[in-house]
Amino acid sequence: MFMYKVAVIGDKDSILGFKALGVATYPVTGPAEALRALREIERDKVAVVCITEAIAEHIQPEIDALNQKTLPAVVLIPNNKGSLGHGMRQIKKNAEKAIGADILFGKEGS
Amino acid sequence: MEIRVNPTRMEYNRLKGRLKMAERGHKLLKDKRDELMRKFLELIRENKKVRQEVEAALSRSFANFLLASAVMSSAAMEEAVMYPKAAVKVDVKTENIMSVRVPRISVAAAGEEAEDATPYGFADTSAELDSSLAELAGILPQLIRLAELEKAVALLADEIDKTRRRVNALEHIMIPQLQETIKYISMKLDENERSSLTRLMKIKDLVRGDETA
Repeated sequence: MFMYKVAVIGDKDSILGFKALGVATYPVTGPAEALRALREIERDKVAVVCITEAIAEHIQPEIDALNQKTLPAVVLIPNNKGSLGHGMRQIKKNAEKAIGADILFGKEGS
Repeated sequence: MEIRVNPTRMEYNRLKGRLKMAERGHKLLKDKRDELMRKFLELIRENKKVRQEVEAALSRSFANFLLASAVMSSAAMEEAVMYPKAAVKVDVKTENIMSVRVPRISVAAAGEEAEDATPYGFADTSAELDSSLAELAGILPQLIRLAELEKAVALLADEIDKTRRRVNALEHIMIPQLQETIKYISMKLDENERSSLTRLMKIKDLVRGDETA
């Protein structure tokens, strides 16, 4: 049985901890590097890619493309400066796409 | 709007068949959409919950990490986490939800099953780093669950969107169009029949008139 890897892309300070756990880390500083890391990941057998929201912001088209495929699964995680709310927005977007109206976040009035 | 066809009986039968097919397809797709929606609602509720938990836990862990990096020099920290004990490996199976292939990811930690995940000695590292890493290790399974859920939700959302388009196209365009056309042909055929009947009656009258005169 083949095992898949887990990868993290983000700024160095945010992902250092993941390295100690044995997750493949790709420290990046800008969108260009992030793209290169993403290419590398696509070649590898990676099932889960965690990307910090701050980085993901700049490479949204590529992430959307990955979301169409079965693998890898992309998760947006907050970085060490806190959440930007992109992850939640993604859930909201999916809900709107499928149902036509937002039913989960309706109470917040946004 | 009707489709332009020759008003013949053959065309009429053909369209009847198509209408029946369209109606059956419409019903099936509607069922598919409803079932997808049910699954989707289940998943997206969980997705939201898990994400909230993960985000809260991650920020907690990052805060600890920040403390750790304040106590230790960044070089020492990097050195401490440089060589992880175990590599995180996951096992992927695919599950079929209404013909949408959704990954099922489960953690299968390879390497020795270490009790604690700290890959360094305790001599020259701080306690903050230990607790931050322990917390991070605790989050990992949830993070992977989140990945699985988000993937499933994204794929299902796509499929629901597609299915709904098809249902609507059938319901509002295909089926009414076929019905219109069938109606048009049947009226035309009736009309033809009536006109030929009157023609026959007229001819009969003419022939009779000739005979009596």
